[in-house]
Amino acid sequence: MNHSLLMATLLLSPFVGFLINGFRYRKNGPNLSGWLATTAIAISFICSVLLVADLVGMPVENRRIAVSFFDWLTVDKLKIAAGFVVDPISAIMILVITGVGTLIHLFSIGYMHHDKGVAKYFAYLNLFVFNMLILVLGDSLLTMFVGWEGVGLCSYLLIGFWFTDKDKAAAGMKAFITNRIGDAAFLLGMFLLFMTFGTLNFHDLNQLAPTLPEASWLGAATLGTLLLFIGATGKSAQIPLYVWLPDAMAGPTPVSALIHAATMVTAGIYMIVRLNAMFMAAPNTMMVIAVIGAATALMAASIGMTQWDIKKVLAYSTVSQLGYMFLAAGVGAFGVAMFHLMTHAFFKALMFLGSGSVIHAMHEEQDIRKMGGLKKYMPITHITFFFGWLAIIGMPPFAGFFSKDEILWKAMSSPLGHPLLWVAGVLGAVMTAFYMTRLMALTFWGKSRVPKEVHPHESPALMTIPLIVLGILSIVGGWLGINHAISSILPGHPANVLEHWLGPVLLEPSLEGVHQSMTMEWALMGVSVGLAAISAFVAYHFYVRSPETPQKISEALGPVYRLVSKKYLVDELYAGTIINPLVAFSRNLWQHIDVQVIDKTTYLLADLMKGGGSVVRGLQTGNMQQYAMYIGLGLVAILSFVIMR
Amino acid sequence: MPSSEIVNQIGLSHYLVLSAVLFMMGFLGVLLRRNVLVMMMCIELMLNAVNLAFIAFSKFSGRIDGQIMVFFVMTIAAAEAAVGLAIIVSIFKRFREVNIRFFEHLKG
Repeated sequence: MNHSLLMATLLLSPFVGFLINGFRYRKNGPNLSGWLATTAIAISFICSVLLVADLVGMPVENRRIAVSFFDWLTVDKLKIAAGFVVDPISAIMILVITGVGTLIHLFSIGYMHHDKGVAKYFAYLNLFVFNMLILVLGDSLLTMFVGWEGVGLCSYLLIGFWFTDKDKAAAGMKAFITNRIGDAAFLLGMFLLFMTFGTLNFHDLNQLAPTLPEASWLGAATLGTLLLFIGATGKSAQIPLYVWLPDAMAGPTPVSALIHAATMVTAGIYMIVRLNAMFMAAPNTMMVIAVIGAATALMAASIGMTQWDIKKVLAYSTVSQLGYMFLAAGVGAFGVAMFHLMTHAFFKALMFLGSGSVIHAMHEEQDIRKMGGLKKYMPITHITFFFGWLAIIGMPPFAGFFSKDEILWKAMSSPLGHPLLWVAGVLGAVMTAFYMTRLMALTFWGKSRVPKEVHPHESPALMTIPLIVLGILSIVGGWLGINHAISSILPGHPANVLEHWLGPVLLEPSLEGVHQSMTMEWALMGVSVGLAAISAFVAYHFYVRSPETPQKISEALGPVYRLVSKKYLVDELYAGTIINPLVAFSRNLWQHIDVQVIDKTTYLLADLMKGGGSVVRGLQTGNMQQYAMYIGLGLVAILSFVIMR
Repeated sequence: MPSSEIVNQIGLSHYLVLSAVLFMMGFLGVLLRRNVLVMMMCIELMLNAVNLAFIAFSKFSGRIDGQIMVFFVMTIAAAEAAVGLAIIVSIFKRFREVNIRFFEHLKG
C-alpha cells in the first residue's frame, strides 16, 4: 500500500475515534466507546506494523519513509511542512505507542466500565495517541512541538479526569503548569537553533550540527540543546521539574500506564535521540544530562523506598527509570536509551496495569499497608506482576536486565562516561530492587492485611489478557538487545538486533581507542546483578519474614527517614521560594494596581461619558415635531451662514 | 393690457415668493398640527413648493435640469406617501386615532 495513505490512516484513525466519542460522549456507552477507541488504535498499530515492515525491507543506509502532506507554514526563511517521517528511531516509538496503547485501551474497557464519563475518557485517550504520534513522527521541531503540547493537554485532561475531586483537579493543573515551564525553555531552544542554523528540520539540524564538539558553554549548539533539555526535564519528569509526575497518579490507572509510564514521559528522551548529532556537538550539555539523569535515578529511587501508595511507588520508580534513560543519552548511548525506553514501556505499563487490577480488586484502595497476601486471590495479576518485578530489578533473562546493564556498562565504558556515573547507576539499581521487592512483598506476599469487608477477586479477562501479553513482552523484549559478552557465549551468537537497527541513524561516540574488556563487562554485570539480588533478598526478608524490622530501622534513622518519606521537602521548597512569593506578588498587583489604578481609570471614563450623555439626553424626546423643528432651525442656521458670509 | 402681458410681467421673484410662502405653510403645518394625516399633506405641500421653485428656475434659466428634478421629487413623494400611509394605517388600527403623540411609542 502507498506510504502517504498508510501514514494518514496511522495518524487519523485515533483522531476519528476521538471525534466520534467526543461528540457522542453523552450517548456512547462503555462497551461501544471502549471498543471503538480500541479499534481506532488497533488500526494505527496495523498501519505501524506495515510501515515498519516496509522500512525493514529497505537498504540499511536509506531506511527512511518521509511523507509530506502539505506546506503548513511559510514565513520568510521558515518553511515548515506537515511532514512525517518513519525511520528506525520513530519506528520503535510508533510500535510501542500503538502496540502498548492498544493493550491499555483494552484494559481500560474493563477498568472504566462503571465510570459515568467513559466515552469522554476514551475520547481523551484517543486524542492523546493522536498527539503522541504527531510528536514522534513529525519531521521538524515545530511539528514535534505541536504533539508535545497536545500530549500535555491530554495529560492534564486525564489527570484531572475526576475533576470533582479538588485534589485531582489540582494535580492536573500542577502537571500542566510544571510542563509549561519546561515548554518555555523548549521554545527558546527552538528559536536559538533556528536563528543559528536557519532550519527546524531534524534531518537538516543533524546535518548542520558542528562537527567539532563545542567547548564553550555559550555556543549555539550547547545553549540550544541545554534549553531543549530543560524542556525535556519538564515532559520527562527529571530534576528539577519532576514534581508533577507523582501527583499525576490522581488520574485513572490505565492513564498512568499509558501516559505517565510508557509513552508521553519518554518524549524527552526521544527528542534527544532524534537530535543526536546536535547533542553530540555539545559535550557540556551531555554532561549535564548524564549527571541530572543519574541524580534523578538515585533521588527518585530513594523516595520510592518510603512510599505507601502503590501508585506512588511506581511513579517514583518511573522517574528513576527515566533518569536511567537520560543517563544513557548523556553518555552518548542513544541506542541504549531507546532500548531501555522500550523495555521500560513494557514492564512499567505491565506493573501499572497490574496495580490497576489490584486497586480494582481492592475497591479503590491504594495503600499497600492494607494489602498483603493477594497472591492467592489474584493469581494472574500476581504472576504477571512477578515478571514485571524481575524485569525491573534486572534479573536475567528478563527485559530490564539487558537494557539496564547496557546502560551501566556504557556509563562506565563510553568516552563520555565516568565511573561515578556507574556507581550512581548501581546504587539506583540496588534501591530499585529494594523498593520493588518491598512493593511485591507488601502487596502480594506475606500475611493478608486486607480489611474484612473487602473481598479481593481476580479481574475479568479483558484486564488480564493485556497483562499476560505485556508479561510475555517483559521477558522477550530484552532479547532484542543482547550485549557482546552474553551473545559471545550463546550458541549461534545472536546479534544485538536493536544496535544494528538504530546504528545507521545515530551518531554515537566512537569506541575506537577505548579498551573494551570482556572480562570487565562480565565483572560489572555480575556486581550489579549480585547487589540487586542481595538487595531484593534483604527486602524480602524485611517485609515477609520479619515485618517489624523495617519499622525499627526507620525509627533508628529518624530525621533522615522522615526527610526521605516527605520527598526531601522539594514541594515545600518550591512552594516557599517560587509559588508563594509569586502568589503574594500577584495579589499585590491585583489589589493595588488592578483595583486601585486600572479599574478606577475605567470607572472614571465611564462616569464622564455618562455625565456627558445625561446633558444631551433631554434632546431625544421621541416627539417628532420637535425633531422637525430642530431640522428647520438647522436649515435656517445653515442658510443664514451661507447668506451672511 | 392683454392678459399675456400680465403673464410676461410675472418674474422669477414672484414664483420664488409664492414657493417660499407655500413651503413655510407646509413647514408650520408639520410643526404644529397633531393629526398625522394632515402632517403628511403638509409635507406634500412643502415638496410641491420646492417643485415650484425648481420649475421657475428652469423656465428662467432656460435649462431642463430643474424639470427633471421635479420628476424625481414626485417619485419620492409617491413612495413617501405609500410608506407614510401604511404606518398611519397601522397606528390607526392600534389606537383608533392618528394623533402624532402615539408615534412616541416607536421610540426604542
